Amino acid sequence: METISSYLSGDHQRCDELFSQAEAAASGKDWAAIAADFQAFLRAMRRHFKMEEEVLFPAFEQRTGMSMGPTQVMRTEHAQMNELLDAMEDALRQQDKDGFLGQAETLLIMTQQHNIKEEQILYPMADRALAPELEEVLKRMHAVEA
Amino acid sequence: MSLEPGLSFDQAPPISVPFRFFLSAPLFALLAALLALWYGPALISSRWQPPALALAHLMSVGFLGFVMVGAMMQMLPVVAGAPVARPVGVARALYLLLLPGVLSLAGGFLFAAQWPMRLGMALLGAGFLIFVVAVGSSLRRAPSRNPVVLGMHLAVAALAVTVALGLTLASNYGWEWWLTGRVQLANLHLAWGLLGWVGLLVISVAYQVVPMFQLTPVYPKLLTRWLGMSLFALLLLWSATLLMQDAAAQGRAALIAGLLAAAGFGTFAAITLRLQWLRRRKVSDVTLLFWRFGMACLLLALLLGAAGQVLPASAQLQIYNFALAFLFIAGFAVSVVNGMLYKIVPFLIWFHLQSQLMGMAKVPNMKQIMPEKGMRRQMRLHFAAVPVLVLSAFCPPLIYPAALLFGVSMTYLEINLLSAFRIYRQSAKLAPQTGPQPT
Repeated sequence: METISSYLSGDHQRCDELFSQAEAAASGKDWAAIAADFQAFLRAMRRHFKMEEEVLFPAFEQRTGMSMGPTQVMRTEHAQMNELLDAMEDALRQQDKDGFLGQAETLLIMTQQHNIKEEQILYPMADRALAPELEEVLKRMHAVEA
Repeated sequence: MSLEPGLSFDQAPPISVPFRFFLSAPLFALLAALLALWYGPALISSRWQPPALALAHLMSVGFLGFVMVGAMMQMLPVVAGAPVARPVGVARALYLLLLPGVLSLAGGFLFAAQWPMRLGMALLGAGFLIFVVAVGSSLRRAPSRNPVVLGMHLAVAALAVTVALGLTLASNYGWEWWLTGRVQLANLHLAWGLLGWVGLLVISVAYQVVPMFQLTPVYPKLLTRWLGMSLFALLLLWSATLLMQDAAAQGRAALIAGLLAAAGFGTFAAITLRLQWLRRRKVSDVTLLFWRFGMACLLLALLLGAAGQVLPASAQLQIYNFALAFLFIAGFAVSVVNGMLYKIVPFLIWFHLQSQLMGMAKVPNMKQIMPEKGMRRQMRLHFAAVPVLVLSAFCPPLIYPAALLFGVSMTYLEINLLSAFRIYRQSAKLAPQTGPQPT
């Protein structure tokens, strides 16, 4: 059975995959290819944030009454990741390879430590808290577009 | 609904909490290298010689212990969702106890002096007691019971055993009495410290960071569920064999427990190398190379250790003990820790700057904070130092080039860490004084 944990953790994996493609592309010189891989990665990341910020977090907050708790921390970290994504985009525009890879390295660790908290703590909590409306929440997340 | 315990994972401690430990650690290793240069080949004559004991503790408690204490206080909120309570006060107390504690212990060994030994015992005993209680209680509050949390529990328990055994052994030097079974106790102390505390901690942290840094597949569930507990049980079993009366049966039981433990660590090293081979992240980096080197040294150390169990005569040789110690401590543990520092330090600096500057000034990225070139140069020095150190066990005059290489490598590590921290200090000045504090 699909759960919030399985669906969103799977999406983390998909984003990781796209990240490593973009990063690997950036060790070459084909800026069009780097841009294409980066755009695919960026779309996946933005869609993931949207699923959480527009569907999961509000549902979780409403159900648990915790609006300043873990979801708030996750939102702040999304903002930090968005800044890194913007910086990568800037580096891409300036064809600054070292800048791009340096931001990528930073984003990778930021994202991974964020994912650990979500996958090990927040998602299991959300699966428990939202058990009665699980199917509905999942359906709404699936429907989110990039 | 009340907050579930330990859900405060935003409470990453202030940067001073881990950094005071990280920035001090390489200095102990440098001190160890200087001792080795001072004593030269005489160092390799016996594992019971005072300089060898001083050196072993500078490396294990000073270098490895300091990084591990700092890293655990940093990692607990992320991996366990349970930060250490009052992190600033605890870190300050630990630092003020452990730093002079290691130095007095080393001094006590070197000068065969009772007072420094007693002082070292009191300081290290108190310091580690605080650490075990603080970290143990935050692990107990952890909302998540994953293998990382469990492994850390076991590692901390092993640390408590190591310290208790260490205090018992040190009392032998601090007061004039003759401890019976000193050799067995020392072997127990070594096993619990190196395989228990260092080994189990590296294994449980690896479950988290190996997939995270290189985007490798995750460790097999069967392994993460059973390995830590089995190794801990084997350590207990092996310790219990020392109480057996029948020498032949004792030898057999210890041999079996020892070989099983070696097989367990070997499986971990082999799987780690395999996962890193299968990584999705295509670019390679310094941390990956440090880990591969560390795992290769661990496998060699295990082979050597197993050989010593099967052929006890070889284990009687002093060169055997030194080769094993160099491979395990400098080859395996120092490499893994060094590689980790190159990820954790630039990331934490970026993270704290980012939350202090909040878009008001440009935050340097990780590669600007810790440039690749400096990391690679230091890595090459380390990779050159380890084989020469191991060879010095067989050819003692080689201790001079080995200690020199190792000392230069550790100095370079310290310079790299300090340069990164200087970037933090400079950039942090741009933050508004009344602005939000780093979380």
